[in-house]
Amino acid sequence: MALDSSKTKDFKYVGTRPNRPDGLDKVTGRAKFGADATAPGMLYAAVKRSPHAHARIVKIDTSKAEAMAGVKAVVTRADFATGLEGEFGAILENVMAGDKALYDGHAVAAVAATSALIARDAVKTIEVEYEILPHVTDVDKAMEPDAPVIRAGTADASVPEGLHPNVVRYYESGHGDVDDGFADADLVVEDHFVTEATHQGYIEPHACLGTLGADGKGELWCCTQGHWYVQKVCAACLGIETSQLRVTASEIGGGFGGKTTVFIEPVALALSRKANRPVKLVMTRSEVFRATGPTSSTSMDVKIGMKVDGTITAAQGVFRLQGGAFPGAPCEMTAMCAFAPYDLKNVHQVGYDVMSNRPKQAAYRAPGSPMAAFAVESVIDELCNQLGLDPVEVRLKNASREGTRASFGPTWPQIGLVETLEAVKAHPHYAAPLKPGQGRGISCGFWFNHGGETAVSLALSEDGSAQVAVGTPDIGGSRASMALMAAEVLGIPYEDIRVTIADTATLGYNEISHGSRVTYASGLATIKAAEDAVQKLCARAAAKWGIPEDAVYWEDGYAKPSGPNAGDHEPLHIKEITASMGATGGPICGHFEATPEGAGVSFAAHIVDAEVDQETGKTDVVRYTVVQDAGKAIHPTYVEGQFQGGAAQGIGWALNEEYIYGEDGRLQNAGFLDYRIPVASDLPMIDTVIVEVPNPGHPFGVRGVGETSICPPLAAIANAVSNAVGVRMRQLPMRPSRILEALDDQDG
Amino acid sequence: MVEVALWSGLRPLVDGRASVTVAGRTVGQILDAIRRDYPALAPTLDAGVSVVVDGRVIASSLTEPVAEDSEVVLMMRLKGG
Repeated sequence: MALDSSKTKDFKYVGTRPNRPDGLDKVTGRAKFGADATAPGMLYAAVKRSPHAHARIVKIDTSKAEAMAGVKAVVTRADFATGLEGEFGAILENVMAGDKALYDGHAVAAVAATSALIARDAVKTIEVEYEILPHVTDVDKAMEPDAPVIRAGTADASVPEGLHPNVVRYYESGHGDVDDGFADADLVVEDHFVTEATHQGYIEPHACLGTLGADGKGELWCCTQGHWYVQKVCAACLGIETSQLRVTASEIGGGFGGKTTVFIEPVALALSRKANRPVKLVMTRSEVFRATGPTSSTSMDVKIGMKVDGTITAAQGVFRLQGGAFPGAPCEMTAMCAFAPYDLKNVHQVGYDVMSNRPKQAAYRAPGSPMAAFAVESVIDELCNQLGLDPVEVRLKNASREGTRASFGPTWPQIGLVETLEAVKAHPHYAAPLKPGQGRGISCGFWFNHGGETAVSLALSEDGSAQVAVGTPDIGGSRASMALMAAEVLGIPYEDIRVTIADTATLGYNEISHGSRVTYASGLATIKAAEDAVQKLCARAAAKWGIPEDAVYWEDGYAKPSGPNAGDHEPLHIKEITASMGATGGPICGHFEATPEGAGVSFAAHIVDAEVDQETGKTDVVRYTVVQDAGKAIHPTYVEGQFQGGAAQGIGWALNEEYIYGEDGRLQNAGFLDYRIPVASDLPMIDTVIVEVPNPGHPFGVRGVGETSICPPLAAIANAVSNAVGVRMRQLPMRPSRILEALDDQDG
Repeated sequence: MVEVALWSGLRPLVDGRASVTVAGRTVGQILDAIRRDYPALAPTLDAGVSVVVDGRVIASSLTEPVAEDSEVVLMMRLKGG
């Protein structure tokens, strides 16, 4: 699976920019998303949700709903499997509350009826008796000694004695002696930073259509980043055999990590089992905000020491992540990513996963890394300002590179941070003059990327075209990338390849589309499946020519004899071989099933110019440049799209987006009118630079690109705003009122 | 024998050691050996870990080979978005 050096140059298809194969479906409305699924006799579902942040459920009376005309089924927790523990137990508890409602919006019952209106009306008649309990929604308050305990006994073995029961996981790593390092520094800056929870903001709310019969056999259509995962979670929650539930992933209107878990699918299936009819369940936008998974909010302390020449002598960080009412906040990834861009002799990082009465956090592009970068890169910017040093030169001076030790332990293999920073330094944006009232910010960012279980099947048709079945939902144009890689190996045009997202009955297990793994892992599997097919094509040619199989090689769509000793044979085109494949041994297919473990990490650096109106506090991002190592860009347009998307989401996270909770523990802004994501008019043109330092773990050198682009923006924008207004901004979002407060504090 | 570096949060569980030395030729054998020789670390391994072998992050494959001179570092399991 290692990098194939013969393929790193002279690509014919890889690196080109053809139209995406699903483009026509998307622009004409023909593409079927989660809510587009229908079935004869279909019922409509609605969910009863807790209005309390923390409450014991004393009694649920569903009798009035069950008596309503048109209502066909009502479910509560009693209709799901019992005895689940660990990950699946937590998911079921989140899908449908048991003895306690743990956050505002927690599901407590659901109804299926002949119309959506009847289902919604029926939900209103369900009477729930609650015993209201004290609640906490702030991460620092949740760690205080007198904070209400969300769920006693949840902490795992990593948590040291003496911490509050709401601290459920703990991570600590580092090397060297930070006290010695700080003593060696000419300047030490220490500061406290806060970020609020933000939602991924995907356009498409969660939606599914499920059928489940009394025989335990079911079908499910849903919008998800990973339908094999949905299959096994639903099977566990409903107590059925995994293979009896077939799950098909719809087209997906955005995920960004938020669709890597399960919220509603077991509910639709439980209602279907009870009603013996198909059940459709579509979340409202308000439900998406209240009851799916935003990112963690954070409270962070970072301390860094620096010499006057820019050498970092020591770095220390404490990262507290609020993860909602269940364990899982990515405290370890926040801590591990925090100082990853830097070669440090003395470093120490600590992470806390803290429960609160909020919805269970979910992954959001590079979970935990953007917040860490905000804190660390802000302190580095402050050190550069106070010491009068160039922020890119300082980052280059301290940059991680091959052979240096990562802040979390191992020695780096081939990585591309130095090349990325050199590209920043050479970019015209970095040297462009600023206007009065503007500030410039720089930040690095890091993400690990991932491989994971992957299966791909490729079938050739008689006319020499190819069908590729992959198991990773296409959340970023991956079908185009798969087709390009298959075209490269087979030597046939991109347009002759159709890539399909297979259902769970068609391929072996495929891990979720997460961790920026799709172009890496499904891409690697596609290449290997195509090579498997090529080997069989060569065998057919060898049989026809009467020569050994290893005397035939494949080039640009043709089987050719490998040299004079192989005989004088006219090359055979793929179409000539496939046209007769039924008579020469049967269908020709290629397969690959494996768990690729060679995902290459990636680094990015962003340049941001911000202009702040000091009367209103409004910030405009006036220029933005993303520079990132992609390893090898298979379809450069979609790589650039990932870069730009990360920057756009980062602008929203940095400037406007936040979950706002009232004193009553209820979410105050569960809609896009009050939760403000950026629209096109809020964004500048976002320039991109693709750096290509090949990943040795992929045949074509691919590194994941989907997540790293959201790591630097919070810090880069905060540094730009801080430099524009002359005040260090330590809390996100930097909404106008917060900027005015910072200016007032400075004046005061 | 292979030396496996631990993140510092684990060190109190193994008398302050920064690393443990165990027998094993694959990631799976190494994790089994840690469970056997250092049972205090078993709950952490059961909760999920990644293993970095010579700079490659092994997230799930227990069959990945490990040489005696490999650099092996234990990490909490990674999950992306």
